Amino acid sequence: MSATTPWTIATVRDALLTKKTSARELANDFYTRIERRNPELNAFLALCPERAYAQADRVDAAVAKGKPLPPLAGVPVAIKDVISTQGVRTTCGSKILENYTPPYDATAIERLENAGAVILGKTNCDEFAMGSSNENSAYGAVRNPAALDRVPGGSSGGSAAAVAAGLSVVALGTDTGGSIRQPGAYCGIPALMPTYGRVSRYGLIAFASSLDRIGPFATNINDAATVMSIIAGHDSNDSTSASVSVPDYLAEMEKPVTGLRIGVPEDYFGEGLDPEVKAKVQAGIALLEKLGCRRVPLKMPHTDYAIATYYVVATAEASSNLARYDGVRFGLRVQGSTLMDMYRKTRERGFGPEVKRRIMLGTYALSSGYYDAYYLRAQKVRSLIARDFSNAFEKVDAILTPTAPIPAFKLGEKTADPLQMYLADIYTVTGSLAGIPGISVPCGKTAAGLPIGMQIFASHFGEARILQLARAFEKAGGFAI
Amino acid sequence: MKISREDVLRVAQLAHLDLAPEEVETYRGQLDEILGYIGKLQELDVSNVEPMTQMRPRSTHGESGASASGAELELRDDVVVPCTVADAVLAEAPDAAKPFFRVPKVIER
Repeated sequence: MSATTPWTIATVRDALLTKKTSARELANDFYTRIERRNPELNAFLALCPERAYAQADRVDAAVAKGKPLPPLAGVPVAIKDVISTQGVRTTCGSKILENYTPPYDATAIERLENAGAVILGKTNCDEFAMGSSNENSAYGAVRNPAALDRVPGGSSGGSAAAVAAGLSVVALGTDTGGSIRQPGAYCGIPALMPTYGRVSRYGLIAFASSLDRIGPFATNINDAATVMSIIAGHDSNDSTSASVSVPDYLAEMEKPVTGLRIGVPEDYFGEGLDPEVKAKVQAGIALLEKLGCRRVPLKMPHTDYAIATYYVVATAEASSNLARYDGVRFGLRVQGSTLMDMYRKTRERGFGPEVKRRIMLGTYALSSGYYDAYYLRAQKVRSLIARDFSNAFEKVDAILTPTAPIPAFKLGEKTADPLQMYLADIYTVTGSLAGIPGISVPCGKTAAGLPIGMQIFASHFGEARILQLARAFEKAGGFAI
Repeated sequence: MKISREDVLRVAQLAHLDLAPEEVETYRGQLDEILGYIGKLQELDVSNVEPMTQMRPRSTHGESGASASGAELELRDDVVVPCTVADAVLAEAPDAAKPFFRVPKVIER
């Protein structure tokens, strides 16, 4: 492959079947690229060559015997470091799990490997997936391959950077308030957050349980759809995974988009939206209209309350989920004179500043005397935000918005002001709170060459609809609009 | 509203965080600003709104076919199955004395 054409699931398959390369050679080729680029990008925290080559050899043996190849045979993948991998260190970007090795694989990992995928390693992320820039990792920030002085977005910044830089064909990330879609937008690649319950979270280390989802990064819609078809579906090990049948995404996405009603909420195009981002996303919507979609103006009146709602709900759940890091069963322990002293010293030393900030916010919102004013009220406003979407989906088939109000910002630019950082999640947290699926697709670049993302939402379990629009947009040249 | 040092210390105690003195003031300022922003939730009248306590789409709001498509909670049979991960789990413990996790003494006398 030339340096400009990235490997895709289809080209990997073709190269294996025509014996232009072996899965082992391909894995080796990707490790060489990682060795060359990672010191600069810091996208990977750990590599697992033994596991990767063992899997590659299984694929090569199947090729040699002429056996039918599973859909991801030999495809190099990268995994965000909040997803458990048996025998491979999983840190969540935190010092508190610096030496933690999970005793089991997440269901998503098991499904990828059963489909023939070759897991290269674990990618950097904001500590416990809390952040919008990847600067909250205890292991250093990731750099954006499109502009090395800028953030890759967060929290799945390592996965986005790895795929965008060609260090992995596809990757898994997680999205709680935008952590797949926003880094996808900043790095210029498609990035899909599935419906809540669509993909099993067994083995995903929890941040906010009513929001967390696992989803793919890819360089093209076919690859995103292929990964979805592997990881989607009910899992008896995750009681929040839904028993909803999984459509044939690859077939569904090729259906024509003529006549689809695309909603454009004016609330997402107001104050704070960068003019270059606005112009490109409007051009993207115009392109879909040219393809036969019908534009429907929308009002989603509670959009402005989404950030406040999200940062109550997510931090409250985080304060509860992260109570498990106490130095008793796994991870860091700092000795103390009493049990309580040990808890406090362990957590003080092990957690970084953003995680502590969110634990305290969440603890405050749940504490006696404040619960009604913060947590209960936020849960009610969350209903209103979800209702904005359900009302909208009575009139439209999909909703189009910018993914983020601004393109990738400079490293260090926003670290001093947590609230400003939170406000950059404005367009993504709404869909997170509502539980619906959303994708970010590339939608041109700024004059300075920074990628812009357009977001497509659909109603619950509407991944096929999202992929259909994204695929039509891709085919029409929308990614480079 | 204003967040005081005492508020920060109270919350840190509830969350089992042993903050350094300089962290207390940083977090006080930041929590004050963030909670001030979150205060905008008070603008809305939510007296007749149910809290969103579960994530499954509700048919009563007419989501396009989500419930019809079978998004029902599926519970597995309540059957005891062997779980053989104890050794692997204990291997990750900072201080294990099989089959226990060892911690500082909690009972006096």
